[in-house]
Amino acid sequence: MAIIDDLGQTLEKMPGGSVILTSFDALLDWSRGHSLWSQPMGTACCAMELIASSFSKFDLDRHGTFPRADPRSVDVMVVAGTISRKMAPAVLRVWEQMAEPRWCIAMGNCTVSGGIFHYDTYAVMPGVDSFLPVDVYIAGCPPRPEALQDAILQLRDKIRNESVAGGRTYEHKLLLPTSSPRVAIEDRGESA
Amino acid sequence: MTNDAQGTAAEIVSDGPSVREMVVNVGPSHPSTHGVCRIITHLDGEVVTEADLVIGYLHRGIEKIAENRTYLQVVPLTDRLDYVGSMYNNWAYSRAVEKLMGITVPERAEYLRVITCELQRVASHMMAVGSAGNDAGATSFFVLAFWIREQVVDLLARLSGSRLTYNYVRPGGVSFDIPEDGWVEDLRALCKKTPAALEELDRLFFGNVIAKDRTKGIGVLSAEDAIAAGVTGPSLRASGVDFDLRRDEPYSVYDRFSFDVVVGESGDSFERSRCRLLECYESLRIIEQALDQMEPGRTTAPSIPRLIAPPAGEVYERIESARGTLGVYLVSDGSVRPWRMKVRSPAFTNLSVVGTLAVGHTISDLVIIVGSFDPVFGEVDR
Amino acid sequence: MKAEDLSERLLKEFPDLASSFSIDKGEAVVTVSSDVVHDTIERLKGFGFNQFEMVTAVDRGENLEVVYILHSLGMKVVIWVRTFVPRDAAWVASMVDLYTAADWLEREVYDLFGIEFRGHPDLRRIMMPFDFEGSPLRKDYVDENIIPRPDYI
Repeated sequence: MAIIDDLGQTLEKMPGGSVILTSFDALLDWSRGHSLWSQPMGTACCAMELIASSFSKFDLDRHGTFPRADPRSVDVMVVAGTISRKMAPAVLRVWEQMAEPRWCIAMGNCTVSGGIFHYDTYAVMPGVDSFLPVDVYIAGCPPRPEALQDAILQLRDKIRNESVAGGRTYEHKLLLPTSSPRVAIEDRGESA
Repeated sequence: MTNDAQGTAAEIVSDGPSVREMVVNVGPSHPSTHGVCRIITHLDGEVVTEADLVIGYLHRGIEKIAENRTYLQVVPLTDRLDYVGSMYNNWAYSRAVEKLMGITVPERAEYLRVITCELQRVASHMMAVGSAGNDAGATSFFVLAFWIREQVVDLLARLSGSRLTYNYVRPGGVSFDIPEDGWVEDLRALCKKTPAALEELDRLFFGNVIAKDRTKGIGVLSAEDAIAAGVTGPSLRASGVDFDLRRDEPYSVYDRFSFDVVVGESGDSFERSRCRLLECYESLRIIEQALDQMEPGRTTAPSIPRLIAPPAGEVYERIESARGTLGVYLVSDGSVRPWRMKVRSPAFTNLSVVGTLAVGHTISDLVIIVGSFDPVFGEVDR
Repeated sequence: MKAEDLSERLLKEFPDLASSFSIDKGEAVVTVSSDVVHDTIERLKGFGFNQFEMVTAVDRGENLEVVYILHSLGMKVVIWVRTFVPRDAAWVASMVDLYTAADWLEREVYDLFGIEFRGHPDLRRIMMPFDFEGSPLRKDYVDENIIPRPDYI
């Protein structure tokens, strides 16, 4: 990825380079977002739904997401299931083996916050984001396979905004849902 | 693959510079360990000379959490133990609480428990058989087996509202009665059409000469070793021990059904997986009988308080889960929270024999042996 | 088999167990002191209890209670063997020489309760990491990682 990173930096400084950069970003983000191979880091209950989502009835394959248990050839790690303190170093190690660019989906309440095992236990990590950069969180215990499909689509939208030049993002306003819950609550507060 | 006439790999190349055993670390994140199990294998060439299983990667301290929850709050925790067969954990725990309290469960609730748990057995065995086939390389077989599981899970979701963690069997009964949207008819239709699908699975994998070559004679567990190692459930019966809690120490209403106990002979990986598949037929038979015998009535025992405080004492209740004898040991000190809950997990004891069984087999057979015991790590590690 | 029938047969075979034998909620229970627990279980194995179903411990304040549950495939009955060990010098004899099933089960109790099983060939931690310290299932276990639950009831 170093070549592409340098290319982005170089293009941005060149006069007229940002035109090329934008087209280049569009191509790269499109191709990255549509073949998100996943590392199924299934440890517990959510792993069953992770399996179900790529099998007969739900078929995650049609979104270009294919589970491949090889960290070196995947783009997104789906952490599905409780991560114990004993398991966390192993998860981190698999994450470090993945090549950049890489994304992480935290599937299920256990990976979001520890979920049902948040309190009173000595063995569970309170959320996978304490040691991994998480891009998409899915709530549910366990979430339905459709929720994982939605997470893949949301991640695709997120990737669409990325640029190979560091620190640069795009705003595709029409492609993302515009009303965030916080805005909705504030609106209600003003009218009342 | 050991050939004594040719000597071990270390002996053959002993003139080279210091040939030693190779140590290969399998897991804890490995697709064929059915969860998070780490197996430190010592290899001579390709042959396993020592396999040390390191478990505990999913140890969540459920037994500690349960000490700080009320009796009803523990039920959702038990769902997450054996997440492929959640109903069993609910049931075993509920039976323990009911025995502590001296509650008699209404008959309809007992029938509903039998029906849901036998459905769960089909779902769990389909997962087990399918992934055991997947380990041997038969991915399409896994997809077909999973399709049967999906149909069962759909029915359970319509009944309980959840696909995986049902929280359906509660102390005193079950949480809901059967929905009025033709659930029973759909269940009967499923019971009618599933045997044909099971037969197809049987032909596809267990009649396949490649699958037979791959799994027969792998990981043979003798009856004596199985009993001494505390192996229970289908893994024990595959070794030729004719024992099933449902028939031999009947609990609930199991003494009212006629069904056969599937017993294998050779105790190898092939037999263990096939016993699970054949058990599904018997489960469907039990469901049909239960549907015929079931009568309308209450689904929860009357006057169960919201905050259960059983009298002080200890109980140990055991049921036949999809993996074997599932026991719950519950100690009450008279307060609203359990003093101690211990789950006797069948997958834990079944898995403990894998280390010795794998010795002498190749490393590719190791995953087949692990898969044939159907470990679920939520239950192994708790 | 019912616990009452078992008690009849068992006490005929081993009359000296009569003082330690009791029936609690339909379960046969033998309560012995910790130095004879191995001997008792060996005799029960000879009597026909061929499956070692589980061993666990319960924190009883001053003492730790160790509970063994044995099952007989032939007689179709379980029996409990209970013993008490002092909290600060907790040890019992290992049953691995009688049942191989005791191997992992005893390791688990050693790991979570800190009870030493003397004679166990491979007494390591099993659930927690090998460098972990403490016995988490004891009631007096403290750990800064534990987030206490707000008391809603």
